[in-house]
Amino acid sequence: MDPVDFADSAYKLSGEASRLAERLAELAQRATYADAGSAAAATAGSGSADVFLMGFTVFVLAIFVGYYVVWHVTPALHSPLMSVTNAISSVIVVGALIAAGPADFNISQVFGFIAVTLASINIFGGFIVTQRMLQMFRKKQR
Amino acid sequence: MSATASTLAYLIASICFIMALRGLSSPETARRGNLLGIIGMVIAVVTTLASPEVVSYTTIIAGIVIGGTIGTVIARRIEMTALPQLVAAFHSLVGLAAVFVAAAAFHTPEAYGIGVSGSIHASSLIEMSLGTAIGAITFTGSIIAFGKLQGLVSSNPLSFPGQHILNLALGILLALLIALFVSGESGFLFWMIVLLSLILGVLLIVPIGGADMPVVISMLNSYSGWAACGIGFTLGNNLLIVTGALVGSSGAILSYIMCKGMNRSFFNVILGGFGGEGVAASGPDLGDKTVKSGSAEDAAFILENAGSVIIVPGYGMAVAQAQQALREMGDILKSRGVTVRYAIHPVAGRMPGHMNVLLAEANVPYDEVMELDEINRDFSSTDVAFVIGANDVTNPAAKTDPSSPIYGMPILDVENARTVLFSKRSLASGYAGVDNELFYRDNTMMLFGDAKKMCEDVVKALG
Repeated sequence: MDPVDFADSAYKLSGEASRLAERLAELAQRATYADAGSAAAATAGSGSADVFLMGFTVFVLAIFVGYYVVWHVTPALHSPLMSVTNAISSVIVVGALIAAGPADFNISQVFGFIAVTLASINIFGGFIVTQRMLQMFRKKQR
Repeated sequence: MSATASTLAYLIASICFIMALRGLSSPETARRGNLLGIIGMVIAVVTTLASPEVVSYTTIIAGIVIGGTIGTVIARRIEMTALPQLVAAFHSLVGLAAVFVAAAAFHTPEAYGIGVSGSIHASSLIEMSLGTAIGAITFTGSIIAFGKLQGLVSSNPLSFPGQHILNLALGILLALLIALFVSGESGFLFWMIVLLSLILGVLLIVPIGGADMPVVISMLNSYSGWAACGIGFTLGNNLLIVTGALVGSSGAILSYIMCKGMNRSFFNVILGGFGGEGVAASGPDLGDKTVKSGSAEDAAFILENAGSVIIVPGYGMAVAQAQQALREMGDILKSRGVTVRYAIHPVAGRMPGHMNVLLAEANVPYDEVMELDEINRDFSSTDVAFVIGANDVTNPAAKTDPSSPIYGMPILDVENARTVLFSKRSLASGYAGVDNELFYRDNTMMLFGDAKKMCEDVVKALG
């Protein structure tokens, strides 16, 4: 197969894969919540194993999506790729927000505060520096 | 916000992140991609803030304002030549944040629905300790990488006897601690895991030399993703799992591409000890080889009379901050009807794509900048190859000398050009410690001196 065709079909496949992964992520999340709702009082057992499997499914599919999408990134933009992945990996701020915002003070709030601050540096810094880089990439005028 | 609504919102955020990476397939779509990334992040944060677990906002707003200000100021002020350091520093923050989130989850598991303190679900403990360990390794590893790139620590590989045995032993000890932690759930063990991982992070990166940093940075990028994944599993949050996996695979692919660009295996790079001052330059018969050196005027004359020129920039160009002067030189040549293009080797610079960003910053249009595969055949039909601050990536020994440490590495075939101009400070060997026979060829002219000064002088001579 011609490499260009191959790249094209890989790209289409990646789109397909990402749609599938999204659908699965949605289903998995629903199942997680249903599970957590019904088995909230239950001790760690088969319930948490299912939760893990759901997460694991999403994980493996997301790796495949990442694989196809990243191979399609042009080498000229590998630096912006690094800075933008850096920014989005700071989505762990989600976990930090939960720790930082309880009703009563506890030690976790301190950890949460530090994590929110660190992740915010990254989120703002990462996206802004990526934007700065991308703005420099200009085509030939004339 | 209800659980269903927030689940869907997280899903939308995941799609935004996927599209952000997909946008990078070309410079035209990349800016929109970055915008989608920002939208995804806003959705994720707002959704979490609206969830019932979050009730007090003072601490959160303080954290976001402080962190946001610091991040914004740094990102606006940073010089593009310092980009690799910046990225390394940012990686360290993700790692540290992951450790703190895990610590919070360990101390108040109720908030995350993973059990109660003292009896956290075993699976959550495994995920938590893995996320913590990877996060802590990312933290100190990135700090060492930052130090090497910034010049705070020597960029030479630091090796000592028994290094690999020690690392292996610490790795096994870490696995043992995690096993004990999962069965015992003690705070002491948690912090021991953190401590040991911090040490391991330092030890893993110190033996790796400066020019291998593209691999190291990509690898740490990957680690920061896996750390986010570990936290995602702990919290049962699919957004974190998806994002972590995207980042993890992205970093892994970049590491692979960088290793291939040097024809070295990943293990060869992470075991370290390559390059640096320890390696003596090969080439005992230096005595009977002659070097032709020229002035800026000579170079200007040759360039002016050429029909086509390919410029090969390397890390030396970044060190000398020569990109602006180089672009000026290119512009004058273009205005005289010379075809000017740029050729970038995959491992040029200190991080993937580093050279492209520097040239873009100096207003070189990206369609004049070519990758190795695109341009390598054209050297044979080119009048002048102008090599500035690059060395190993042009060394023909990679093709001809099986005993050379760089044998098998893909190189830019500058030797096929009619004339090769080398802008370099001295005849010193490159990172790999190998002599470059190109310096002694008849059709090579060495332009000794600072790269920026040389470009400026050529511009003057072109007048």
